[in-house]
Amino acid sequence: MSLITSTIGQGLLWGILALGLFLTFRILNFPDMTVEGTFPFGAAICISALVHGVNPIIATILSFLGGMLTGLITGLLYTKGKIPVLLAGILTMTGIYSVNLRILGKANVGLLNKATLLNEKFLQRLPDNFPTIVVGLLFAIFIILLLALFLNTDLGQAFIATGDNEKMAQSLGINTDNMKILGLMLSNGLIGLAGGLLGQNGGYADVNMGIGTMVIGLAAIIIGEVVYGNLSLTARLIAVVIGSIIYRLILLLVLQLGFSTNDFKLISAIILAICMMLPLFEKKFHTRKLLKKGVTKP
Amino acid sequence: MSTILDLQNITTTVNVGTSEEKNILKNINLKINDGDFITLLGTNGAGKSTLLNIINGSIFPTSGKIILKERDLTNLSEVKRAKYIAQVFQDPKMGTAPRMTVAENLLLATKRGQQRGLHLRGLDRHLEEFKRETAQLPNGLNERLNTFVGNLSGGQRQTLSFLMATIKKPELLLLDEHTAALDPNTSRQLLELTNKVVKKEHLTCIMITHQLKDAIKYGNRTIILNSGKIVLDVNGQDKKTLTEEDILQYFTD
Ligand SMILES: Nc1ncnc2c1ncn2[C@@H]1O[C@H](COP(=O)(O)OP(=O)(O)OP(=O)(O)O)[C@@H](O)[C@H]1O
Ligand SMILES: [Mg+2]
Repeated sequence: MSLITSTIGQGLLWGILALGLFLTFRILNFPDMTVEGTFPFGAAICISALVHGVNPIIATILSFLGGMLTGLITGLLYTKGKIPVLLAGILTMTGIYSVNLRILGKANVGLLNKATLLNEKFLQRLPDNFPTIVVGLLFAIFIILLLALFLNTDLGQAFIATGDNEKMAQSLGINTDNMKILGLMLSNGLIGLAGGLLGQNGGYADVNMGIGTMVIGLAAIIIGEVVYGNLSLTARLIAVVIGSIIYRLILLLVLQLGFSTNDFKLISAIILAICMMLPLFEKKFHTRKLLKKGVTKP
Repeated sequence: MSTILDLQNITTTVNVGTSEEKNILKNINLKINDGDFITLLGTNGAGKSTLLNIINGSIFPTSGKIILKERDLTNLSEVKRAKYIAQVFQDPKMGTAPRMTVAENLLLATKRGQQRGLHLRGLDRHLEEFKRETAQLPNGLNERLNTFVGNLSGGQRQTLSFLMATIKKPELLLLDEHTAALDPNTSRQLLELTNKVVKKEHLTCIMITHQLKDAIKYGNRTIILNSGKIVLDVNGQDKKTLTEEDILQYFTD
């Protein structure tokens, strides 16, 4: 039971990262590799701030702002520097690695019982693992609400149009470069925030904790889509978070089968690969119906 | 009759300094008057699309000036010019956003060239208007306002593109073979619609076409481009008496 509650809590926090990735991968329609640098960057900022006695709320906000900064850099390289977006992301990601080492001073820094957002007093009264679930849920709901609202504004619609048909967007007077920069900043802000929260949850920041985060985020997005199919945009945001939880549960299951945590990266890659091929199987075997039954029926 | 668009000595050269150097437009001078409906003709590669792209700002001329209603647009980007200029492309996929609904596409178009901020988009407020506007169109778009545009036929998408270009009145409307990808019937319908709207809204419009009959039938003025030069520019009575044989004389290489 406690394994499941801790997995759900983790799934919610990783869901924030997946929401960020959704903005670039699904709405702007390109893969942003910055995530693998932004995630540890958020964690590094947050953890070292906490270690230096900064208030947990401010430390968490700092991880969001830090993420926005990395998004801005990738965005500028891509739009103004005309560097292909995949490479722009890789450049930022690579550069941040050194910055993270600078911030942390070494490869891994622990929290050492400092106060975090997750051990605030009122959360301490909850049973084990529930602080993470409560905080994850609050953040996920808040972010989904804000994103849904944003996507329904004139600016949000211009942002969606940019990813959907750039040429058309320009012909309607939308500055698509600015939309891409905005999207990358928002996206990486959320990813940095996820780094900060998961760093607090795990009690440490590690310069290598970004490896594989792209795959984790994409898996959440795609599992959400496979399970829930065609939905309105707001419902798709919710599906992303649920996809993230399902993904964690699948990992837990695999672990129970006797694999070790060392196999995690391989397993994540395999899970994502299978999920991405599902639409192919879907045509042949109607897997979506089967999966839906499996998920919605007790 | 006032001049809307004034092209002065427009020259466009590509691949400058290489063996591929090519003069696409050669010293074009053109004044377009308020309410002109121009049909633009010319062989493949004559430079018609390039001329429209120069006007809409997606490419910049090598030399020359572009004046729209006394504003110098020469150095303004396509995005900035969108405030004044609307366009429909040849490819139905180019003018619409496939993963947005018909109504959402129209809403984007009502704000062409405007500052887009953090106000709620207010789709509901516009639905009545969109229903009314689409009901005037030939292919049942009014029943499909909430359909994703990617699920529409090419004809429906192109009709939508046209409505999007005109729903907020542009100072200049550019149509680049906007019916070329459609079947003869749908193409006819969209041309009739174009003619009706341009007249009713008193739009100033340049329409590229390869159909000589259409070029003669529609508009008050016909221009023929050949190898980057204007070789014919007729209006009024001269345009009315223009025949296909007359036009073909100018289609030499
Ligand atoms: N960026 C470019 N680089 C090199 N050549 C170009 C470029 N753009 C256009 N051209 C050439 O300029 C000429 C004019 O092209 P344009 O597209 O304007 O012709 P068009 O009159 O619209 O022809 P069509 O009727 O086939 O659409 C063509 O020979 C084309 O190959
Ligand atoms: Mg052309």
